[in-house]
Amino acid sequence: MKITLKVWRQKDANSKGAFKTYEHSHVSQDMSFLEMLDVLNNELVQKGEESIAFDHDCREGICGMCSLYINGRPHGPLQTTTCQLHMRSFKDGETITIEPWRAKAFPVVKDLVVDRSAFDRIQRAGGYVSVNTGGVPDANEIAIPKKIADEAFDAATCIGCGACVAACKNASAMLFVSAKVSQFALLPQGQPERKERVEKMVAQMDDEGFGACTNTKACEAECPKGISVANIARMNREYFSAITSSYEVMAKGGGD
Amino acid sequence: MKLDSKAPEGPLAEKWTKHKFNLKLVNPANKRKYDVIVVGTGLAGASAAASLGELGYNVKAFCFQDSPRRAHSIAAQGGINAAKNYQNDGDSIYRLFYDTIKGGDYRAREANVYRLAEVSVNIIDQCVAQGVPFAREYGGLLSNRSFGGAQVSRTFYARGQTGQQLLLGAYGALNRQIANGKVKMYTRSEMLDVVIVDGKARGIITRDLITGKIESHSAHAVLLCTGGYGNVFFLSTNAKGSNVTAAWRAHKKGALFANPCFTQIHPTCIPVTGDHQSKLTLMSESLRNDGRVWVPKTARPGLKAADAVNIPESERDYFLERKYPSFGNLVPRDVASRNAKYVCDEGRGVGTTGLAVFLDFSDAIKRDGEATIRAKYGNLFDMYAQITGDNPYKSPMMIFPAVHYTMGGLWVDYNLMTTVPGLYALGEANFSDHGANRLGASALMQGLADGYFVIPYTLGDYLAGMPYEKVSTDRPEFKEAIDTVQSRINKLLSIKGKKTVDQFHRELGLTMWDYCGMSRSEKGLKFAKEKIQKLKEEFWSNVAVLGGAGELNQELEKALRVADFIELGELMVDDALNRSESCGGHFREESATPDGEAKRKDDEFAYVAAWEYKGENQPEALHKEELIFENVKLTQRSYK
Repeated sequence: MKITLKVWRQKDANSKGAFKTYEHSHVSQDMSFLEMLDVLNNELVQKGEESIAFDHDCREGICGMCSLYINGRPHGPLQTTTCQLHMRSFKDGETITIEPWRAKAFPVVKDLVVDRSAFDRIQRAGGYVSVNTGGVPDANEIAIPKKIADEAFDAATCIGCGACVAACKNASAMLFVSAKVSQFALLPQGQPERKERVEKMVAQMDDEGFGACTNTKACEAECPKGISVANIARMNREYFSAITSSYEVMAKGGGD
Repeated sequence: MKLDSKAPEGPLAEKWTKHKFNLKLVNPANKRKYDVIVVGTGLAGASAAASLGELGYNVKAFCFQDSPRRAHSIAAQGGINAAKNYQNDGDSIYRLFYDTIKGGDYRAREANVYRLAEVSVNIIDQCVAQGVPFAREYGGLLSNRSFGGAQVSRTFYARGQTGQQLLLGAYGALNRQIANGKVKMYTRSEMLDVVIVDGKARGIITRDLITGKIESHSAHAVLLCTGGYGNVFFLSTNAKGSNVTAAWRAHKKGALFANPCFTQIHPTCIPVTGDHQSKLTLMSESLRNDGRVWVPKTARPGLKAADAVNIPESERDYFLERKYPSFGNLVPRDVASRNAKYVCDEGRGVGTTGLAVFLDFSDAIKRDGEATIRAKYGNLFDMYAQITGDNPYKSPMMIFPAVHYTMGGLWVDYNLMTTVPGLYALGEANFSDHGANRLGASALMQGLADGYFVIPYTLGDYLAGMPYEKVSTDRPEFKEAIDTVQSRINKLLSIKGKKTVDQFHRELGLTMWDYCGMSRSEKGLKFAKEKIQKLKEEFWSNVAVLGGAGELNQELEKALRVADFIELGELMVDDALNRSESCGGHFREESATPDGEAKRKDDEFAYVAAWEYKGENQPEALHKEELIFENVKLTQRSYK
């Protein structure tokens, strides 16, 4: 296959970027999208040109490190991660445009690499159950209905890649945040901190500069792990329930 | 050098309890006076950093990825063993210990393995308390499955994403300590050297991968939780960034490297499609429960999966069923892998590269129906279809072995300390628990055992004997380490050669795979050693690394890692040359039974081979830790 690539090149966070065009004639349909870029990068280095920087690691669709906005869609035409996308999804002679994730809260670091540390800071605000190592009950003392456990698992499969933010016209992180809030709102282990968790995580999300949700569901359509927007609905309910009945409000005598 | 395992005396079942009592404690109020560096944030690193932070130590944690959640533990699929005996099927701590020692082909330390089995039950409790969503039964209790040929159901799992869920649990615990201010997290930071002051590990040198800044960090102890070195083979199931640099730099500063030639090859991976291949993808070996492995009886180069259905039964060789009638397609990983290699070496491999065998589900589909097979393996079939473009419900899968795990690693004693005081190795980075081959669903168990339940005890014993005073990073030892790192980087950037880093890495990988993979011979290993030495020379005179040192430079990151892989490769070959027995995951051609099966030599090789670095281009010195088996009887495996 032969393809034309229009790739966003940007020296660093402070420089202005621009598209650069590459003719790539050594493409096989069995290559993954990232392998196609590997081959191009090796050719560039041999020509004395700096390789294109992009994030990747596990290359089996689970670490969430790869990104790329391909032909206007996060992770390209299939609902999977970029590392699991193969060149057989493209046509011979096609022009493919590759951009970094576009969101104010994900500043570009270099070329196609962005800074997603905002996601870590949101998780740090409350995305856990506060138990120390040791001193916990036997695992089977906590019985959880299978249906609830499965639903919590579905929410917990988020890989934190940021495709939901990249897909959203508002660059909202609601799907990402709601996945963790849902996991713990569903499980008995999450109950003691249920209210503070959602309040703190939403507050951090807002501080990071992510946009609001306007229910376009673009996030769900592009999420490589198929995280459902039902989680967003659950998070909204959790949030309103928390702010109207938080322990602080109750301690003051019920919202006077 | 005398290797003292520090394994406690006394009955096996009492060793750890007794040892914990004998360990010194650090007063709760004094813990905040100690700083601990944790490198790597996979299961071992994240669990260690979180647990030590909870205890009150000041922890600095480092990862090269953009977030600690991306460490490669996340990709583990199958499950995690624990001797809970929830299924009432005869499991016990002793049985898990026994299976692990036997699975490791009697090349692991009894005391360590027993402790691993002992704390396995605590791991499951811990993870459930964190909200890890393990699979459950309708009654609400945890579900188990039998894994990797085990005769009991002791594996806990979270669909095919057990590693992900366990790591996210540990990441949550780590995040909580970051929020509490007890752990300071450094992402996109790569450790490039360890700093030794007065004979003790007192810090590390890192490179900020965004700015290129070389930084010094000092502490009272350094924990390496940096994973395995499977990427020495270039193609493996490891993540692209997984590397040996931290462990290798520690080795060059005095930490012995144990059993480097012990690597695990997994039989059911998706085959290579061409020179562009960048990594290999594992599929759960549970597929062999229903799939039948075969190749044509006579060579048919380039045979496609779609055309396999036209090959009549009489022209198919179900080679595992033929050679191992009692175990058939369920022979252990190493036997299945090795035999796939043999038929491909004979030219009977299939697919475009000839490096693949069929894994055929047509009989299972005929017998049980497509719906049943879909319910069992649907996600794996989907994954296969996505990567290959073939439909495994209609035509057979193609599989080939790939490097998956490395049992070798930094030598550690019972306290997980390397031969450098204050320098510890946890998880896959150490050599300790899996012997010559790892049992399925035991890697996650070991990473979390080390991090949650071993290091919080053993580290205190060391720190209790340390003064509170911090060492300044202005000391000459730090300056010297920085200079070494910087001159190495400058050298790589100044070569301006013709070959890319990937080209060197690929060449190294091929050599390792051909001569130091599943089947080895003295002749092949000697040839490989020469090849690697030449490759090293060429690397340092002809590698092309563009860009600068003071910026995000992924080619430079790769070059630094590959330079270390080349050196490690040579040591692996040396270790394989020395160990002229067939054992665990590897087969030594000179050490076979009359019918061509692996022959272990317990009288000569029941020891840990620990290698000491002796200087640039000097042969490494071999030290032996004799393995003493007081509780299990050594037996040869047979699968006929």
